Amino acid sequence: MIRLTCKDAARLLSHAHEQPLGGWQRQRLRLHLAICDGCVNFKRQLAFIREALRRLRDSE
Amino acid sequence: MPQEPAPSHAELEQHRPYLLRYARLQLRAADAAEDVVQETLLAALENKSGFAGRSQLRTWLTGILKHKIIDQLRRQAREAPLPAGPDEDPDAAIDALFHADGHWKEMPADWGKPDEAFENKAFWAVLERCQERLPVKTARAFMLREMMELSTEEICKELAITQTNCWVLLHRARLGLRECLGALWFGNLGGRKKPR
Repeated sequence: MIRLTCKDAARLLSHAHEQPLGGWQRQRLRLHLAICDGCVNFKRQLAFIREALRRLRDSE
Repeated sequence: MPQEPAPSHAELEQHRPYLLRYARLQLRAADAAEDVVQETLLAALENKSGFAGRSQLRTWLTGILKHKIIDQLRRQAREAPLPAGPDEDPDAAIDALFHADGHWKEMPADWGKPDEAFENKAFWAVLERCQERLPVKTARAFMLREMMELSTEEICKELAITQTNCWVLLHRARLGLRECLGALWFGNLGGRKKPR
């Protein structure tokens, strides 16, 4: 199976915040993101959430 | 290297508000947060050998605090295990967001320039509110990961769950937070139904 569903892609995008993805998974994810704006938005949202929580933690 | 004189009580106290905030975010209970911060400052006063210099005072204190928080979480887990109510089935919560064919029920929206929210005080209250809405165990795992920066292996150990379970909880937490932020902060930028 080369094609990822959005559900799989979302899981991998989240997983990538725990540990680096393998090459094959990265490849499949890249293919999916090339054609899916929703998952691209999701990816940005996850990065934003991580940054927001770190800032919340480190704020005065 | 000449030893810097140990930090005074007053210097340590300056960091109390920061430490309290940090602990409160982890423990979700003001009195438990007070306790661990108190223990941290006492431990810092008693054991100054780890002190590496004023520039790193906060880092050093935070390091002590992390251990105290984990001890506290362990005590809590022994005394009152986290409830595993119906809201704690993370797989079902994730499934609910997708159609059977794996498409999003609601496509994640473009949040534009989300970093602009960092300049807005109200945003931080919303973020905390969204965090508090997560199921307890999910929130616990997520805070250990994102704020304490524990590895998934360490989180598994703390929460006595499998690695797979841990990944699911963390994913569930992110999905929940983004949904809540979408609803409470980024407004109706999204909610666009995916054409099928």
